[in-house]
Amino acid sequence: MTTAVGTEAERKLLDPPGVERALESLASSLVSRHGGASSLALVGIRTGGYDLAERLASILAREGASVPLGAIDIALYRDDVFEGLPRPAVGSTELPFSLPGRVVVLVDDVLYTGRTVRAALDALIDYGRPRAVELAVLVDRGHRELPIQPDHVGLRVETTRQEQVEVLGARVPAATRVVVRARSPR
Amino acid sequence: MSATGRAFASRHLLGIEGLGADELVLLLDLGERFLELGERPIKKVPTLRGRTVINLFLEASTRTRTSFEIAAKRLSADAVNVSGSGSSTSKGESLLDTARNLVAMRPDVVVLRHQASGAAEFVARHVDAAVVNAGDGTHEHPTQALLDASTIRHHKGSIAGLEIAIVGDIEHSRVARSNLYALTRLGANVRLCAPFTMMPQGIESLAGDHRRQVSTHARLESALEGADVVMMLRIQRERMGDGPARFPTNREYSRHFGLSPRTVAFAKPDAILMHPGPINRGVEMDPTIADGPRSVVLEQVTRGVAIRMAVLYVLGTGGAVPSEFGSA
Repeated sequence: MTTAVGTEAERKLLDPPGVERALESLASSLVSRHGGASSLALVGIRTGGYDLAERLASILAREGASVPLGAIDIALYRDDVFEGLPRPAVGSTELPFSLPGRVVVLVDDVLYTGRTVRAALDALIDYGRPRAVELAVLVDRGHRELPIQPDHVGLRVETTRQEQVEVLGARVPAATRVVVRARSPR
Repeated sequence: MSATGRAFASRHLLGIEGLGADELVLLLDLGERFLELGERPIKKVPTLRGRTVINLFLEASTRTRTSFEIAAKRLSADAVNVSGSGSSTSKGESLLDTARNLVAMRPDVVVLRHQASGAAEFVARHVDAAVVNAGDGTHEHPTQALLDASTIRHHKGSIAGLEIAIVGDIEHSRVARSNLYALTRLGANVRLCAPFTMMPQGIESLAGDHRRQVSTHARLESALEGADVVMMLRIQRERMGDGPARFPTNREYSRHFGLSPRTVAFAKPDAILMHPGPINRGVEMDPTIADGPRSVVLEQVTRGVAIRMAVLYVLGTGGAVPSEFGSA
């Protein structure tokens, strides 16, 4: 690791224009792979992934592609409910389109161990059988614990396990930024 | 993932009496999330996979037992049902021995229904498993009160400030008691209505600090006047024991305390009409009322499964509940 960590509280990875560019590159990666977006549906993983999926959908809409948008909540599919950790809220899943025949793009903010994506895949498949599922993430920070890889990546960054990568202010485009900081002690 | 866990005050759910308004709201909010699951093609999530729930129902029940069984199965827990007849209790085994033997099989949750008031708390004190009270004698039936509150909140938006009439055998009703605790803590005014022979004196005091939200009525019309919610209780002859009859005939009870097209007119035009079931048609409720557009009886049943999932989720995963819920 070349980056000095711990000397400063917070290191900026993407500023708001950088986030916008990363989302635009995700959108064009989707369009170029599929020759358009007509067969796609975006499904954001609650809560961070959903805000970004919404932004991705509006970028695609600007380019003339209207893509259905859904949200998936994975709280009930997590593999750590008995680990005694603080438990995330149980949110709602909303998939206002049918899955069969569709290419579902799961959208998340930060890809880390892959466990969230594993849970999201299980949850998604309980709602139907999509033609294919792809994974789009704003930031891939490495340290996978499962054989899960992204298909579309906004930014790849090297981190240590002692660090925490966070997307802040995802709901407000002018304020969204990505930072890395030392993991706060529990 | 910023939401932090918050400890649920108890390892068990023995009654509403021990719960605060914030805990009630958490269970109600969680219940809303589980309601969605019943609408899906695959009505099951893996959350409690590998956990075991024993439904020990030593008093007859179809609805509540089935509801708990479905709730456990939708969370992927293994649910085992033990009923009174055909179990070793019918051979004279004591409740404590039965419970200890079942707990020796290492269930995570025991759901208990028993005809003796206090049975759930007694078992909880002596065995190493989370205990859910599914009705103990004339004491409490907490999940019924939670599903009733869930139904009311859904229809009225909020429970605070509502006028809620509970009508029937208040003395023997665990449903009335649990609802009295739950609804007053959530801010409603509760009107209890029964013939003198079935109204315990001083029942308002059960509501503690909320006792001024409770009134008692010997006439149905006065209890229903302007009510937002009308909850009818089942006449339970099996709970009245061998003493003198509390009312002359079903017909007379029905005329004075039954919900009919005439009496329902005293409630607000948009009042919802509830019954914990099973209904004695023509006694507590006229069939045209029970099946009418303002009856929410079947919705209560649907919400019962979701509420019981919320309870099993909280207790089955070790008692931590989320302090906030996912944004819409």
